[in-house]
Amino acid sequence: MSHYSGQLINLLAAVLLLLSFAMLGQRRILSLINLFMAQGAVLCASTATVALVTGQKHLYWSALITLVLKVLLLPWILHRLIRRLNVKWDIETLFNIPTTMLIGIVLVIFSFNLALPISELAGTVSRSTVGIAMASVMLSFLMMITRSKAVPQVIGFLAMENGLFFAATSATYGMPMVVELGIALDVLVGMVILGVFFFQIREQFDSLDIRHLEQLKED
Amino acid sequence: MEFFLVLGFPLLGGMVLALTGHTRRAAEYNAFFSLCTLIAASVLTLHIVNHGPQMFFEEQFLVDPLNVFLVALTALVGFTTSLFSRPYMRIEHDRGHLSVGRLRLYHSMFQMFMFTMMLALTTNNMGILWVAMEAATLTTVLLVSLYRTTASLEAAWKYFILCGVGIAQALFGTILLYFAAEKLLGHEGGALLWSHLNAVKGSLEPTVMSLAFVFLLVGYGTKVGLVPLHNWLPDAHAEGPTPVSAVLSGLLLNVALYAVVRCKVLADGALHSNLAGLLMMGFGLVSVVVAAFFLSRQKDIKRMFAYSSIEHMGIVTFAFGMGGPVASFGGLLHMTVHSLTKSAIFFAVGHATQKSGTQLMEHIRGLIKLSPTVGWGLMLGTLAILGMPPFGVFASEFLILTTAMKQQPWATPFLLIALGVAFAAIFGKVQPMVFGESSLPRLPHKPAMLPVFLHLALVLLLGLWIPPYLAGWYQQAARFIG
Repeated sequence: MSHYSGQLINLLAAVLLLLSFAMLGQRRILSLINLFMAQGAVLCASTATVALVTGQKHLYWSALITLVLKVLLLPWILHRLIRRLNVKWDIETLFNIPTTMLIGIVLVIFSFNLALPISELAGTVSRSTVGIAMASVMLSFLMMITRSKAVPQVIGFLAMENGLFFAATSATYGMPMVVELGIALDVLVGMVILGVFFFQIREQFDSLDIRHLEQLKED
Repeated sequence: MEFFLVLGFPLLGGMVLALTGHTRRAAEYNAFFSLCTLIAASVLTLHIVNHGPQMFFEEQFLVDPLNVFLVALTALVGFTTSLFSRPYMRIEHDRGHLSVGRLRLYHSMFQMFMFTMMLALTTNNMGILWVAMEAATLTTVLLVSLYRTTASLEAAWKYFILCGVGIAQALFGTILLYFAAEKLLGHEGGALLWSHLNAVKGSLEPTVMSLAFVFLLVGYGTKVGLVPLHNWLPDAHAEGPTPVSAVLSGLLLNVALYAVVRCKVLADGALHSNLAGLLMMGFGLVSVVVAAFFLSRQKDIKRMFAYSSIEHMGIVTFAFGMGGPVASFGGLLHMTVHSLTKSAIFFAVGHATQKSGTQLMEHIRGLIKLSPTVGWGLMLGTLAILGMPPFGVFASEFLILTTAMKQQPWATPFLLIALGVAFAAIFGKVQPMVFGESSLPRLPHKPAMLPVFLHLALVLLLGLWIPPYLAGWYQQAARFIG
């Protein structure tokens, strides 16, 4: 039982990493949101599996929060936003996807090395996935750097939070409940504020391209 | 009881002002709630000074000598800022810069911002500390973009993204901290409570703790505005309304640094080496030097004083990095006087820019003729922040510099050069603004100068004579930081 579930957790972690790479190279905003939703679903499944194996009751609650927040609520808000902002079919021009992917691979190797001492010390069933969690944080970070549109940048930000959540589950079976609730609240409020913000940016610049936002500089 | 009021008044104020923030009396309500918070904080401070550290609500909140002085300072500056913002925001509204809806947003978010800072200061839970810091970012993002100009939107976006990424690093650090702690403290309950962590800090796993501290320092350091993570800070200060610049500079940076110090105490205990101190000294020194050299290139008055905040936060970070009773004492004193002086300067700057209708320093001239009180307020504030005796900044910088000469002689020349460059840059720019010739007519409205002179009087007092109980209190806190 625990052998198979360990394999299942590893499989889900691998899918998570794959999804991170897919997001890195995805140019269509709509697909990006769907990928983000899939990432949330994988996260939820892996949290539930860890809960099942270890019998940690509060992890079921974390899985439920993940399901509600990251699979249902946030994608729904994002879908609504891009429809109202009329950017649903936007395609972003990304330069040099292969190079970005290569940098991504380097980041993954770096993360695995960084996570090595932590995985060795961790006594959790999911300890081998700490490296993957770290890698997906790094990849989301890379995604935020390479994007020039506001919505993909924010999706990158949310994906980073996913990676951090995964790190918490795999290294320590999740943070205490009160902290997890607080983080979820922050993410939700942040998303709402950003939604307001998108409209303000578009009103002001007639586009969501944040390359317009480069006026403030030291000269 | 008074403890819960310290958190309760700003929260209640945020809710009440969300409903009534657009009415004519909103600014008075805002000041009223801030005054209530100040009274509650003062009572709490007296209580802690007399009875020692206390825990509240099943150990979820901790008030000890280190944070109680920041609670009192935050409440005080919050109150004076609300006094300053009353005429300031009314003039902005009368001039058509802000609609009533945005005034409501401003008043409500001001109180919520105070609430998040009080929560961050008093919580015993390192996870809630993170949540409160992130919430403080969220409340201020909307305040920075209040004018909805292109520049303010850009500043707010930068602030959100950079601080969001930064604070994500801090979350990872917190996860690592929890990871190190749960082995000793078990899974449920206390593993993230600072008081429990402090009790077992000697046996926390050193490799994990060093990694955790690096992430926590980078994460919270972004909010402190440490170079090279400071990019958001000048923009956010320059483009937001001036009362917001005052609380960002005077309070939020302090709270973020407080979070770093809490983490440092744990890291020092676990590592048995000076890694945490060295990292903080490095970041601090780089911030002081870089910010000092950026000062002379500024054209916008609020941007210039934002860089000055980076410089001073660098000095405090350096002082805490050196450690030892004298340096930590100096650091705490510097935090206090910087916060008082810088907010006073921003109040004066707010009136000056409102009178001149611009933030560009070359167009602000002859303040002393336009309005003597604003002119003198800005001049005295500038002298105070530049570390002229007899103001308190001189005393704290003197303590930090002399300790640096003894403990870290290599760093002293950098600090001295940076302070000299900063002096030349700021004084050279403020002098013509205050004493130059102006063709602008005197404006009809009266400035709210009471907060400015109150702050400067306190800074002067701290420079001449630190009341013995206050000194004792700093010493307790400094011993605690180590």
